[in-house]
Amino acid sequence: MKRRELLATSAAALGLAATLGSKARAQTPLKVGFVYIGPPGDFGWTYAHDQARLAAQEHFGDAVETFYVDNVPEGPDAERIMTQMALSGANMIFATSFGYGPSLNAVAQRFPNIAFEHATGYLQEAPNVSLYNARFYEGRAVIGTIAGRMTQTNKIGYIASFPIPEVIMGINAAYIHAKKVNPDITLSVVWAYSWFDPAQEAAAAEALIEQGCDILMQHTDSTAPLSVAQQRGALAFGQASDMTQFAPDVHLTAIIDNWAPYYIKRIQEKLDGTWVADNVWSGIPEDEVTFAPFNDRIPAEVQDEANALIESIRDGSYHPFTGPLNRQDGSAWLAEGEVADDGTLLGMNFYVEGITGDIPN
Amino acid sequence: MLRLEKRPSPSKAWNYATPVVAVLLTMIAGGILFTILGKNPFEAIKLIFWDPLFSEQFAAYSRPQLLVKAGPLILIAVGLSIGFRAGIWNIGAEGQYIVGALCAAAVALAFYPAESVLVFPLMILAGALGGWAWAMIPAILRTKFNTNEILVSLLLVYVAEKLLAAAATGFMRNPQGAGFPGSRNINQYASAANHEIFAGTGLHWGGVAAFIAVLFTYVMLQRHILGFQVQLAGQAPRAARFAGVAPARLVLMCMGISGAFAGMAGMFELAGPARLISIDFNAGYGFTAIIVAFLGRLNPIGIVLAGLLLALTYIGGELAQFMLNLPAAAIQVFQGMLLFFLLALDVLSNYRVRLFLPQRATTENV
Repeated sequence: MKRRELLATSAAALGLAATLGSKARAQTPLKVGFVYIGPPGDFGWTYAHDQARLAAQEHFGDAVETFYVDNVPEGPDAERIMTQMALSGANMIFATSFGYGPSLNAVAQRFPNIAFEHATGYLQEAPNVSLYNARFYEGRAVIGTIAGRMTQTNKIGYIASFPIPEVIMGINAAYIHAKKVNPDITLSVVWAYSWFDPAQEAAAAEALIEQGCDILMQHTDSTAPLSVAQQRGALAFGQASDMTQFAPDVHLTAIIDNWAPYYIKRIQEKLDGTWVADNVWSGIPEDEVTFAPFNDRIPAEVQDEANALIESIRDGSYHPFTGPLNRQDGSAWLAEGEVADDGTLLGMNFYVEGITGDIPN
Repeated sequence: MLRLEKRPSPSKAWNYATPVVAVLLTMIAGGILFTILGKNPFEAIKLIFWDPLFSEQFAAYSRPQLLVKAGPLILIAVGLSIGFRAGIWNIGAEGQYIVGALCAAAVALAFYPAESVLVFPLMILAGALGGWAWAMIPAILRTKFNTNEILVSLLLVYVAEKLLAAAATGFMRNPQGAGFPGSRNINQYASAANHEIFAGTGLHWGGVAAFIAVLFTYVMLQRHILGFQVQLAGQAPRAARFAGVAPARLVLMCMGISGAFAGMAGMFELAGPARLISIDFNAGYGFTAIIVAFLGRLNPIGIVLAGLLLALTYIGGELAQFMLNLPAAAIQVFQGMLLFFLLALDVLSNYRVRLFLPQRATTENV
């Protein structure tokens, strides 16, 4: 038995050595570290990343060893943790919050052989820093459509985290598509100034329901708004993972962050020695943005409409930001049939026409 | 049965022995915790206490990092300790730290990109003044309106956090930052950067400032009339009044010094390890420093040791987390145990434990 294991491992090692061209590396598994901003048990952002890590671990088995540090604050602590990971022999490090950018780039310059993957960042100051992000606005377009169809009061509530392009993009996408199917809707936005603050998020949900909103969307990570919606009988959408269990009656669907395909692809490239820094922004077509099963409360024709929208985004025949679209102040943004370019989206700091209220500054 | 008898004066021997005993007890209790979590307890303890200092793989990096992590803790804690000795409770160092950093960032961003040797000293001054001014709010409210400085200084932390978020997403946002929150990278602006003074030592100007602050506080408490007044006000407030201590002046002094130190710590952290103003710039140093101050028994030298010990558990804790896949919460529990044992064992310095036989009690009961 022992001998067979030995043979098997050495055979695997030889196979890997052939692909890597470096025997020393092949004998030890590829070490992949993850730096998380929250706890894996948040059922939101970090949970989704950890699910992808586990999927990658299962996919590669003994060839890869993954490990993580959770609750890492952005700033000096993150820099120290990434450096210690590098010193411990990590070959690849995934950092999953945009605020890690300056630290990650500083560490990457000191460890040129380690592949750094930074989620939702924008800084690339070293050749070994790669950026990845998901087109969540595609998901927002779909839930906007469902919300526009499902609302009775024609008031949609939106719990936003920080006034940054990522979040503003999502608000615009949801609004445009709700408005498209229901011209009477209005959108109320509450800023939580936090990514994860259950008390604050719950208070925001209460306030929106008090204002007459009967359907809630959130760009924050806790399940608190869903619990409030369940109690108050408002409809809601989950964030980052399937949150049905926290609001079984009112959870319509959730935009799921599915990082697993990307993680598996990039780790494979690192194993093969073909990894190069990149800047990718994937979405529904790559299955990076997916949806929780639709709640039965959504009528069949609305489900069909949502699915048709998903398919049109998947095959590239439709872009959620297609003109004619004006800015909030009435100035022209996109002409008839014109599609927003990625640069504008990534720096988006304005509402589209029809949204009331200002973006806080 | 055990009985505690108050000692006439605290035991010197136990004063020195309790930290060692506390660390040993933490190792045992922590070892049990790690075993329950399915990890090798000896490996975990070694990773936390030994490897950051002596392992070939990590020590060259983590030893200097001790200074980086302990520097701001010590600087803030010595400032707080002065007030704590006098019974003046500044709980809002975290807010003063933020405002100090914001003021320093404002100076740096106002000069950017001009290079000048004046920028760095001006930033230190701005940091100190910002922290001082933020601490003056609870101080003046207390001296003029007799409000409680614990509550006011604590609540001002949350105000400072909102200011920080507004700065990071609004008026201090990097115009070249693609719309992301966060200021320019001040660490990459040569005139403002707070780099290591000697490469590889981890000692940046914040560490030097902490060292000077410790010396200043030590001398002040031992040799200066203000030190005497502080001690007196803390131990015998009525006597202090008869001795001519003006309580209002003392409050302003103590709050001011601790605020200025915290503000400076924020400045050094901003221009050094933290690099820029971001939404999560404050990493809890201001609150952790309160623990450091008490762990060091409000003594400047003790605070240096406490700061280094806490820094070690942070850095070793991080190592243990990813080497053994331990959750962050397990390390926080471990740190909590250390503080618990250290403070709980204080009882041995002040009390004598007596063993006595329960016979008399039982006969009486019958």
